[in-house]
Amino acid sequence: MFHRLPRAAAGVALVFALAGCSSSATPAPTTAPTTAAMSGSVVMIPKQINNPYFDVAFKGAQSAATALGGTLTQVGPSAADATQQIPFIQTATTQGAKAIIVSADDANAIAPALKAAMAAGIKVVGYDSSPAVGAYNVFVNQADTAGIGKGLADMACDEAPSCTGEIAVLSAAQTATNQNAWIAAMQDTLKGSKYAGLVWDGVYYGNDDPTISTQQTQAMLAAHPNLKVIVAPTTVGIVAAAQVVTSQNLIGKVFVTGLGTPMGMQAFVKSGVSPEFALWNVTDLGYLAYAVAVDLVTGQIKGNPGDTFTVPSLNGGQPYTIGADSVVVLGPPFVFNTSNIDQYVASFGF
Amino acid sequence: MALSMPANAHAPNRAGLLIGRLARSREATLAGVVIVLAMLVWFEAPNFLSPTNLVSVTSLTAIIVIAAVGESLVIITKNIDLSVESTMGLVAFVVAEALKGQNLPIPAAWALGIGLGLALGMANGVVITVFRVPSIVATLGTLSIYRGLAYLVANGQEISVSDLPAGYTQPASQTFFGVPFFVILAVAVVIVAALILRYTVFGRQVYAVGSNAEAAATIGVRARSTVFLAFAVSGMLAGVAGVLWGIEFGQLYASSASGESLAVIAAVVVGGVSIAGGSGTVVGAAIGALFLGLINNALVVLNLPQEWLQVIYGAVILLAVATDALVQMRAQRAKARSRMR
Amino acid sequence: MTEDPRPAGGPDAPPPSAEASVAAGDNSGGAMNRLLGSLSGAARLEVFLVVILAVLIWWGAQLSRFFLTGPNFGFSTQAVMEISIMALAMTPIIITGEIDLSVESMVGLSSCVLGWLWASGVPLQAAIPIVLLVGVAGGLFNGIIVTRWGLPSLVVTLATYALFRGLGHVVLGSTVVSNFPAGFTNFGFGYVPGTFVPWTLLVFLVLALVAVAIVHRTWIGRQVFAVGKNKEAARYSGVRVAALKTALFAVSGLVAAFAGIILTSRTSTASPDNGLNMTLAVVTIVVLGGVDINGGKGTVPGVILAVFILATLKSALTQAGISTDYQNVAIGLLLIVSVITPLLARQGRDLVSRGRLGRKRPARDPAPGEVVR
Repeated sequence: MFHRLPRAAAGVALVFALAGCSSSATPAPTTAPTTAAMSGSVVMIPKQINNPYFDVAFKGAQSAATALGGTLTQVGPSAADATQQIPFIQTATTQGAKAIIVSADDANAIAPALKAAMAAGIKVVGYDSSPAVGAYNVFVNQADTAGIGKGLADMACDEAPSCTGEIAVLSAAQTATNQNAWIAAMQDTLKGSKYAGLVWDGVYYGNDDPTISTQQTQAMLAAHPNLKVIVAPTTVGIVAAAQVVTSQNLIGKVFVTGLGTPMGMQAFVKSGVSPEFALWNVTDLGYLAYAVAVDLVTGQIKGNPGDTFTVPSLNGGQPYTIGADSVVVLGPPFVFNTSNIDQYVASFGF
Repeated sequence: MALSMPANAHAPNRAGLLIGRLARSREATLAGVVIVLAMLVWFEAPNFLSPTNLVSVTSLTAIIVIAAVGESLVIITKNIDLSVESTMGLVAFVVAEALKGQNLPIPAAWALGIGLGLALGMANGVVITVFRVPSIVATLGTLSIYRGLAYLVANGQEISVSDLPAGYTQPASQTFFGVPFFVILAVAVVIVAALILRYTVFGRQVYAVGSNAEAAATIGVRARSTVFLAFAVSGMLAGVAGVLWGIEFGQLYASSASGESLAVIAAVVVGGVSIAGGSGTVVGAAIGALFLGLINNALVVLNLPQEWLQVIYGAVILLAVATDALVQMRAQRAKARSRMR
Repeated sequence: MTEDPRPAGGPDAPPPSAEASVAAGDNSGGAMNRLLGSLSGAARLEVFLVVILAVLIWWGAQLSRFFLTGPNFGFSTQAVMEISIMALAMTPIIITGEIDLSVESMVGLSSCVLGWLWASGVPLQAAIPIVLLVGVAGGLFNGIIVTRWGLPSLVVTLATYALFRGLGHVVLGSTVVSNFPAGFTNFGFGYVPGTFVPWTLLVFLVLALVAVAIVHRTWIGRQVFAVGKNKEAARYSGVRVAALKTALFAVSGLVAAFAGIILTSRTSTASPDNGLNMTLAVVTIVVLGGVDINGGKGTVPGVILAVFILATLKSALTQAGISTDYQNVAIGLLLIVSVITPLLARQGRDLVSRGRLGRKRPARDPAPGEVVR
């Protein structure tokens, strides 16, 4: 995972790595069990089907299924609607699936259905977006919330000249729990003295819809003519914002950063609109979620805080430790910039 | 009954003039409201009328205008097309997919997009005119079916700017003498459509079928072929809008353009086209689209709490339509009065 | 125009003799023949729907051995109960030639009001009636604007579709309320003890019976059909069209608010986004049930059958592992096919009858309350 980075980004990566360190214990003798094989069906239910982000995670889970056994299928709603996820959870329950891997459109709406599944002996693994506490056995978090918040703040600081200027956030839906948590963490970080030069222009909500994200960015730029950095912690919003900045010929005057996919942002990194942005390894996220499901089904782990386990192809072989609320963190996010964007588009494939 | 006898020859003319004046004033009134609104917002946020913002906002609105012209045609014939968002999304994705990697020349991509839109519109037309399915039901079905085709084509992929030919998205921000390219295109479409509706036989047939299909049939207007053509043209224009969508956004998903049908219909309705058919102009629909696009932008620029966005949007639509009805009522009263004389 | 004293259908009606009226092709022969002809028409459509339902059930059983199980029946019906009760209220509105697009937004608004009241400490016994009143108020708003100002309902409810959703956002902001008591959430998510019958299915069945009774057996229902067939004629015969339509919209708002309460209970979440995309599903069910979108024709039993057809189709596809995007394609296709088939059948019948007698059927006004196919 070591790669050459410009000094500033290296600092950011180091911070991320330190933040992610809480999830991987100091190299311990491998008493942590490795994943054993399993048979049976596992059902993966993303927030939204046909969403490239989740399809990449699915591919990761598929390679885990090949390695670890079991049959994996993916089903889900066509819109990010929790009520549409419920029938799929219930069907998996009645069809006797061994495990359900789910990214919740709404933490509470699917909780009763998930609890019913757990009562029927099915293991529930959350990923990407957590179901309510108590409605899952383990939640695989892609990155530490505080770490993401700090990373967003640092990238904004990097892109604003001399860490000074107005910044604004383009988020997803107003009720999106992930984004709201990351933004709160970001605002916490911004209280530090290092960021004193940054002026907060507010949060705009793009609803993860390209049209609305575009309109919100246009309005944001019109309302704040001196805006320097747009922070978009959503893969749909960051692209829309970058596109608006490009079409308004603001390259070099307004910068965009946040969370985006390498392929979506490749052109903008190169054109200078978005010198750096971050994401995690989505393929690994799917792989880890599946591996955790297998471990739960075969009884290798119970899902309690303190449990440790290893997944051979992840984390450099280091064991994962399950933390409070049965959450396990995938690892530090990736920061993309001009020096590594092409390489990661090729290797990540998304 | 006295009222059913033909009134004296002059009265309809006077009433006709009055109606004409009022109808014309509908577009003028709406245009006036747009200008007043723009001024009001400009006082609060000067950057609202900056060239950059206007170019940005009107480029996006231009796409809706083009789709709205097609939708007006359909609505004037007393039908409705709910599937326009799925046509736009499918065309946008298919065209971008065709451009990706392959060296399909851009004019060919345009032809593909327009042709696909035309085909989808004709399919709607067949279901509605040959199989006699009410248009709201037929397009409710094709709304899902065409979107399903988009999912099929996309197969879980999305298209990024880097997949497209270099500079593909530039036309979205290009201007000729300060006017965005998209706006010029939209204005051209509106002018052509307005001329067709006003001066051609087809145009008159569209209004005839919408006001009174049976009466139109007695004078030889074939409702079914007119409606079929209306849907075909509407599909074609939705295809154009879809191609422009791809140029504007660059990043495309299987779900691109979701939700736009209601935006298009709202624009048409606010623009004075009656949902009961037989009246309205494409110029009005275009101004309606502009009005709603500006409101969207203005609400956020004015820093109004985001929660109020939808409330104001809904209230605006109600107001626009209510004034429409008021004008109509006054016109009808005037017509009745003049007939009594 | 005097009131037709004959019952419009049901056990008191004389048995239909389909062949007689079809073969004759000539409906000028007597009021009784007209009634028989129309009765068989309604029955024909419901038979068609029953056949579709049977085919889907058989097909679902082929797709998965878990299809014909109690749990599957339970949650598959539970999933569509909110849109189903809204379809019951939407039916008379569409029969009168209007439409209500704002129902899904009233679901969202009522959910938000309920959540806000609950979060402010108001007990559910007080909060729920308040929410229902909000629904009535919203429906009255729709109805008054449509009838008083003469604006098309498609446009008015398009506006309130945005307005109500927006009000939901204003009431609840970005907070999401989810700490509802177990007793409340059990209503939406639970079953009658010992069975796989969801509580909400019972509610739906009761409301369905009420709807059938009102629409098909009472003077209110007859007025609804009369207005749908010929608004002016109905008005001249004494029907208070404006009051009727306003009442229908108020009921639709009330029912949508009730659906919002059910949804909030089922998901134990109050959110402004509750109910998104429900309107089109409701309209789909009503049209699938044979209600003519142009007004004047339709039956509530048809809509009830359509509810189960939709639930069965979705259940079969979900069991087969098909995701919602392609489920929607199937529903769209089913919708178009189900509308085309009776039309084609009627055109075929017309061709046959015209061929036999060499003349067209004379046009005639149907009796009030009569269902014409």
